[in-house]
Amino acid sequence: MIFEFFADLLGSQILSAIIIAALPLVFIILYVLLANWLERKVSAHMQDRLGPMRVGWHGWLQPIADMIKILQKEDIVAKDADRKLFSAAPVLVFVGCYAAFAAIPFSSAFVGADLELGLLYILAVSSIVVAGILMAGWASNNKYALIGAVRSAAQIISYEIPTVFIILCIIIVSGTLNLTTLSEQQSGTFLNWYILGGDVEGWKKFALIPFMFIGFIVMYISSVAESNRTPFDLPEAESELVAGYHTEYSGMKFAMYLFAEYANMFVVSALVVAMFLGGYQSPFGYVGDLINVPWLIPIEQFFWFTVKGLFFVFVQMWLRWTLPRLRVDQLMALCWKYLIPIAFVNLLIISFLMIL
Amino acid sequence: MALKTEEMVLNMGPQHPSTHGVLRLEIELDGEIIINVKPHIGYLHRCFEKHCEAMTYPQIIPYVDRMDYLASIYNEFGYAVAVERLLDIKVPERVEYIRVIMGELQRIASHTVAIGTYGLDIGAFTPFLFLFRDREKILSLFEMTCGARLLYNYIWVGGVSHDLHPNFLRQTKEFINYFKPIITEINNLLTYNKIFIERTANVGILPLDAAINYGITGPNLRASGLKWDLRRDDPYSIYDRFDFEIPVGKGWMGTVGDCWDRYYLRILEMEQSLKILEQAIEQIPDGDITSAIPKRIKPPEGQIYARVENPRGELGYFIMSKGGLQPWRVKVKAPSFVNMSIFGDLCRGHLIADVVAILGSIDIVLGEVDR
Repeated sequence: MIFEFFADLLGSQILSAIIIAALPLVFIILYVLLANWLERKVSAHMQDRLGPMRVGWHGWLQPIADMIKILQKEDIVAKDADRKLFSAAPVLVFVGCYAAFAAIPFSSAFVGADLELGLLYILAVSSIVVAGILMAGWASNNKYALIGAVRSAAQIISYEIPTVFIILCIIIVSGTLNLTTLSEQQSGTFLNWYILGGDVEGWKKFALIPFMFIGFIVMYISSVAESNRTPFDLPEAESELVAGYHTEYSGMKFAMYLFAEYANMFVVSALVVAMFLGGYQSPFGYVGDLINVPWLIPIEQFFWFTVKGLFFVFVQMWLRWTLPRLRVDQLMALCWKYLIPIAFVNLLIISFLMIL
Repeated sequence: MALKTEEMVLNMGPQHPSTHGVLRLEIELDGEIIINVKPHIGYLHRCFEKHCEAMTYPQIIPYVDRMDYLASIYNEFGYAVAVERLLDIKVPERVEYIRVIMGELQRIASHTVAIGTYGLDIGAFTPFLFLFRDREKILSLFEMTCGARLLYNYIWVGGVSHDLHPNFLRQTKEFINYFKPIITEINNLLTYNKIFIERTANVGILPLDAAINYGITGPNLRASGLKWDLRRDDPYSIYDRFDFEIPVGKGWMGTVGDCWDRYYLRILEMEQSLKILEQAIEQIPDGDITSAIPKRIKPPEGQIYARVENPRGELGYFIMSKGGLQPWRVKVKAPSFVNMSIFGDLCRGHLIADVVAILGSIDIVLGEVDR
């Protein structure tokens, strides 16, 4: 939709593609600035302090000031580091997150690329992040970074398994890998969301609800783990590994990791929202329908999608400032002993229900 | 062909987020499993004991503060007890009560830091700031009394530097009432957190015989199951007048003497300190505080070893006098230093993440380890 709109406007498909590619970047930058500020404020208020208050109203300009600071910093590369890999790693990590934004349906009118295999595509490109992290750990020539990178690789690969199982559940119920179709299937009210059994008829809907809930929770836990956030932030465990795989990074390269982390938080939240919580659909219906202004609907959808996504980003922050960190063996135990069996059984039951 | 693997040496510190100061750990690793840990201490060595030989007895007190900077009052307390025994002075009742009140407040303040930073080591940031907020209230009480917040120079030989502020007792009572629910809050937030228990229970188990052989004292020893507290077993000052219990480790969540026991024992001790505080505030008499302060401290020839129950264990002062204005020799038995000695043994066979958990549970202060 949006591609044709820009192509008509500019008379060139290439220009249109470039603009569409740049739009998520704008979104990421704005969102990271907001999320960074939010993270500070959320943590501050949870910890009985105020957080940034000086730069702008309640410190809302603080992230911008930080960005300016970080841009001015010297770009240090350690003497023994592998210079090429060291510089490439943060780019790769960021690319992995950025590329995932292409398939995220922000609204019915705005999807970067309306891929038939959207879910699979997001899974595939987010795996690039692992390569970037391993590269960073190896190229830094630092033991903390190396341990962090190896942990991270093990963690992300392990936690992809329950994620895929749950995605399979959704595929079985919905019959599509396309995220836009998935969202369209959940239109109407929130009763049609897949967490509440989706648009399935009769008793099956009620039978599906508990398993969808389990799936949702497993999915969310493993997505938090995949984005390396507390309580699963072992790759960058501050108290033991200093900063994990980005110990040696400073300046703009460090900022790339920051961007990638926050972008990844949104990607995983967006995935959860698209799969279980109606995607961009409003829970109640649209004002645009009510007052008969059709062009308002996509904007409302964008609003709902962002709100839902940000809510789950907030939940990740909430977890981070509440919970301690797991140990590396417990992390693996949680994944292999609990999440994977639960996800697998869940998949079996849902398949069975859908065959009936 | 089997893959060739080799051990890795990881250097942790002296600048590291969770070595609690300038401690350097040389860790031999097999993957993430620890084969051996060698602590390297001495980065904060300030020749305290040698300095003392060139200073008069009152001049030493500010130096004593800087050993265990989280429990300065208690360092002064121990030193004052030692010198008073050497001089054979009896201090006034009110002074004794003030010392006990200050000492117990200091114990709570010290334990809040221990618990808070322990949470930080495990990865929970919020309890740390909660507890620092509450420690701030204790520091304000100290500030109100003697003007200082960290290094007080408050307990003098034969007395204390200032009498209590008129509002002090009222505000201390308020603090006690404020702090009791905080302990519950911390328990709910951190102590009984499933992840926290998983990380600390059955980790770094210190058996009682090993603890005794290594000379471990304080909460670490009690967590291993021995009821040994100098406040009860070798009473100094007026501790024999108060009714309090000595909590011991029972292996609540795992094995006796694991990290969780050591951690939880500090929480129980804070409750007992509050109990002592309540009694002391009730009983404190009026009176003069300066009457026993000697004009000139010149102990007779002789030597003394006095020990007190510091928040971290048995803090002992050996002072030898040749009859001059300055001590001939001062030797401090620092609990952190002794407790540190078991660290390598505790870590063997655990994971890197456990090093941090064990180090935090032993609760060392590097200022005291190195002196």
